[in-house]
Amino acid sequence: MRGAGAILLKDLRIEWRTRESLASVFVLGVLLLVVFTVAHDPEPEAAPALAPAVLWVAFVFTGLLGVQRGFLLERENDCMSGLLSAPVDPAAIYAGKLLANVVLLGVTQAVVVPLVGLFLHVDLWGVLPGLIAVLSLGNVGFASLATLFAAVATRTRAREVMLPLLLLPLLVPLLIGAVTATRAVLGGGLGAARDGIAVLIAFDVVFVVAGWLLFAYVVRD
Amino acid sequence: MLAALWLVFVAVPTEREMGIVQRIFYFHVASAWVAFLGFFLVAGASAVYLWSGSAGADRLAQAGGEIGVLFCTLVLVTGPLWARPIWGVWWTWDPRLTMTVILWAIYASYLMLRAFGGNDDAVRRYAAVLGIVGVLDIPIIIVSVRLLRGIHPAVITRNEGGSGLVDPWMRAGLGVSALALILFAAWLIALRVRTARLTDEVAALRRQVAEAA
Repeated sequence: MRGAGAILLKDLRIEWRTRESLASVFVLGVLLLVVFTVAHDPEPEAAPALAPAVLWVAFVFTGLLGVQRGFLLERENDCMSGLLSAPVDPAAIYAGKLLANVVLLGVTQAVVVPLVGLFLHVDLWGVLPGLIAVLSLGNVGFASLATLFAAVATRTRAREVMLPLLLLPLLVPLLIGAVTATRAVLGGGLGAARDGIAVLIAFDVVFVVAGWLLFAYVVRD
Repeated sequence: MLAALWLVFVAVPTEREMGIVQRIFYFHVASAWVAFLGFFLVAGASAVYLWSGSAGADRLAQAGGEIGVLFCTLVLVTGPLWARPIWGVWWTWDPRLTMTVILWAIYASYLMLRAFGGNDDAVRRYAAVLGIVGVLDIPIIIVSVRLLRGIHPAVITRNEGGSGLVDPWMRAGLGVSALALILFAAWLIALRVRTARLTDEVAALRRQVAEAA
């Protein structure tokens, strides 16, 4: 557990010192938001209905970029071998990276979500606790698989293509659950979002455990 | 095996009732079963590979993935051929259709990973991890696509092909064609595993020759 905490702090410190990844991911998030909204060109009244889909597609793409960057950094000076030779369980490395990714996703969302409220005329104040719950569950699910497969994709040829190719089909159920839950939360409250949240929780539990168990096989050698 | 296939081609025409397109159903459903078996084979063999590192399990997983994607493609081709005259559209975002196309994409990416990754132990382990994660995803996909039904108009609630099978001949046709396709797929997988083993042997021999020279 201490190993995981150390890795979490290390990743966050690297990010805090450069702020490169957060800056690029944040700008990309805003751009995606603008591009989707403009591409749909919604009527002002219809705009709020667009919000859940726009939010989650933007998060998936910014998340892909951010997670991949995190692992490319590990690769640059062969830091991964250093991490592996440290007396830390691979599962602890996974947990640390997972938490770091969840935190970074959350920070990006803290900026992008208010902008969605602004651009798409959604009133966020009343539904904020429910929205944060759904976003956190979605982040954990996304990071569980993204952390596992970023380690895979950075080690294959054509790695820029490989991560989205591997990740997107696996993430479809998460996306369905998250969009359904977000729509329900924006429309009324947590109660209506029960089915979507159930899918999110199932996804989180299954893949955090799977990643925890399988990460060792991915980074070994 | 060929005899079983031949039997299907003769047996199936005897129980057509809903028009000629309905015959495709026997191959459609049987292919779907085979595709599922292929995907579960990938997961099982992948788990064995991670556990034991046996090259045979890895080849079996690869063959299962290829055959699974092949039959899943057949499902996705035969489905629209039937749907066009019966439902009036080639495609609709019915939960079951959505699930099939997601599964197809997952295992297509599995094959891509193997194709892009090259031939070394690390890639085999990655593929095994993906094979296991893919199967874990299946139940969640099944639950999550049900959420879609509330959003999309349910054009197809009469999709229950099974309920129309009143004639025992029809059930026999489905059973025989499923059995034939499963045997056919097993034969293909066996061939594929043997090809992969021979490829590995040739590569090993070539290395030996190169070292000797």
